[in-house]
Amino acid sequence: MFRNQYDNDISTWSPQGRIHQVEYALEAVKQGSAAVGLRSNTHVVLLALKRSSGELASYQKKLTMIDDHLGIAIAGLTSDARVLSNFMRAEAMKSKVIYGRPLPIFRIVSAIGDKAQVNTQNYGRRPYGVGLLVAGYDETGPHLYECAPSGNFFEYYAMSIGARSQSAKTYLERYYEGFAEASLDELVRHGLNALRDTLQQDKELNMDNCSIGIVGADCKFKIVEGEELKGYLNLLDNADVGDTVQGQAPMDTE
Amino acid sequence: MNPVDFYNETLTSVPTEHGFYPYESNGGTALAIAGEDFCVVASDTRQSNGYLINARYAPKAFKMSEKAVLANSVFAADGNALVRRLTQRIQWYKHSHEKEISITALAQLVSNTLYYKRFFPFYTQVLLGGIDESGAGVVYSFDPVGSYGLEVCRANGTASALIQPFLDNQVEFKNVQFDDKPRMTLDRAICIAKDAFTSATERDIYTGDHLEIFIIKQDGITIESYPLKKD
Amino acid sequence: MDHHFPLNESPITYTQNPVVTGTSVIALKYRDGVMLAADNLASYGSLARFKDVERLYAVGDFTVIGASGDISDFQYTKHLLDAEMVKEYYINDGHVLGAPHIYEYLSRVMYHRRSQINPLWNSYVVGGYHNGEGFLGYVDLKGTTYKSSSIATGFGAYFAQPILRKIVEGHENTLSEEEAIDAVDKCMRVLFYRDARSLNKFQRAKITAQGVEITQPYSLDTEWSFGDSKIN
Repeated sequence: MFRNQYDNDISTWSPQGRIHQVEYALEAVKQGSAAVGLRSNTHVVLLALKRSSGELASYQKKLTMIDDHLGIAIAGLTSDARVLSNFMRAEAMKSKVIYGRPLPIFRIVSAIGDKAQVNTQNYGRRPYGVGLLVAGYDETGPHLYECAPSGNFFEYYAMSIGARSQSAKTYLERYYEGFAEASLDELVRHGLNALRDTLQQDKELNMDNCSIGIVGADCKFKIVEGEELKGYLNLLDNADVGDTVQGQAPMDTE
Repeated sequence: MNPVDFYNETLTSVPTEHGFYPYESNGGTALAIAGEDFCVVASDTRQSNGYLINARYAPKAFKMSEKAVLANSVFAADGNALVRRLTQRIQWYKHSHEKEISITALAQLVSNTLYYKRFFPFYTQVLLGGIDESGAGVVYSFDPVGSYGLEVCRANGTASALIQPFLDNQVEFKNVQFDDKPRMTLDRAICIAKDAFTSATERDIYTGDHLEIFIIKQDGITIESYPLKKD
Repeated sequence: MDHHFPLNESPITYTQNPVVTGTSVIALKYRDGVMLAADNLASYGSLARFKDVERLYAVGDFTVIGASGDISDFQYTKHLLDAEMVKEYYINDGHVLGAPHIYEYLSRVMYHRRSQINPLWNSYVVGGYHNGEGFLGYVDLKGTTYKSSSIATGFGAYFAQPILRKIVEGHENTLSEEEAIDAVDKCMRVLFYRDARSLNKFQRAKITAQGVEITQPYSLDTEWSFGDSKIN
């Protein structure tokens, strides 16, 4: 049998210049259910697809509030995400106590990047098995970031991570130019459309398997789930498929 | 060596040197009255130091949750530090339990937080007023090292000796001959709070400037502000 | 009293008193922002030791701190704040520490040090302009903090604050720059007449939407002759 000699630990390069363990960790993110994030000039919206292991089980939490101005969506190992979200919450509180101001989004994202990077360079450690979409609103406006187990982080107009997230990305790439001027409802509708594209053929978005996180200028981070989702899911039904949305969205520039 | 022993030591053994005393009194008064389904917490906003008025508006009563207000007096810096710590703990409680902390749990938390610094205490008297799990108004009062108890009404701070007997009489009807004592209404509680503070302001130099009244009810907290004499 | 430490070992002694000191700082809010003043004297007890010490210090583009009390502790504090501002600058994410943030940070430092029984022996006034309005706060060696439309430290609390309150309270948004300067000069003159550790050479700072301006040291004319007609 052929066996990869270069993936036994994190601190070994492959001759191709790759660190396999890091790439495996990136794969872990793709095992998680999808999460979508998108941004306008005033708001950031996170949407996630919740999974349950069966009829008897509850749905896995996908969105976490970090502070009034900051929240995350996760894909991958939930327990790793919990460690990171606790860290983020502690940092957010520190910022409030020391400087009396909400933690600037870029700083928490780069702090996470730094933490993740350490796990890719030290023998005996393992990278985080989780990807994050970080949505926040600070003095410089709304922000959406993606954090990966590799320690990479990027800011986006719109982004998706997790299983079948390429489909959502395709949707977002098609419509993102209109997001900046979009209203909150339009933004959520685009998000739901993108999230729906990650579903398997026979599945639909419903009150149980979906959650939405919203943060904005005069809007503290809130998570919309269950019954409250009805209004938003109705938006989706009216607009059926992406092309219909295009017709309805006056800001679309295509 | 324990820092508390340490400055006591320097104060007694080196009388010529002016040692550092980490406390001061900033004056001010707070009161709380519990009703059947509401609670009133009132406090003035003056901060003093000796004969000096530091500031006319330096609040010492704070909303801790949707159902609890905390007021403190004596050393403002310790009081503010206590509130900062509690605010963080309350936030962690919210994060991990996805619900607001009850006032009973909060009272125990305040006690623990104060007792944690038993040997270098927060020099502050604390009042905690709000609504409990059953919807009833409650008042808890604390000493600087965390002893606490449930009360109907309590006055704290520099004018406490002026206000407490008044509350005993007007709220709990102590030493009053009544066949059936009237129920405490919100309007009456607010009136009593206002009267207590206008009178205290007349006699206590550390009480004055503004009165802030927090009204805690099942459906939320409202704040009313009234001017007090500024002399 | 029991000694809890070995006999030949002396207890740890932190700062028990200030050494080289600065006297009052005064400050007020006015229409365009905040104004502060402090003289240029650093005293060594009753000795007027240094006469060219600046006790107003700009931190960033919209904040000035005024210091009274121990000058070496003030120099250390300046160093701390500069380090914070540099740290902030290099993160380069568009966020800047404004007056309220610097004040909050300084308050934490002061309270932390008092809690270690190792205080920074100062009273600080933080003046600034942030989000379209003036900011004025006080913090001292015990960690005591307050915000007010006029603030005076040291002897100024007795001599200048009553004058300032009369001029400022209720007029924060109407007081002109000229009136604010007059108020400052009036207070500084009284302080020079009555405070034996003061100097008739001081600086004035203003912080407005335009940023920080700190004047060169200047003096006020004073009158020391007997007012014979007024003696009864």
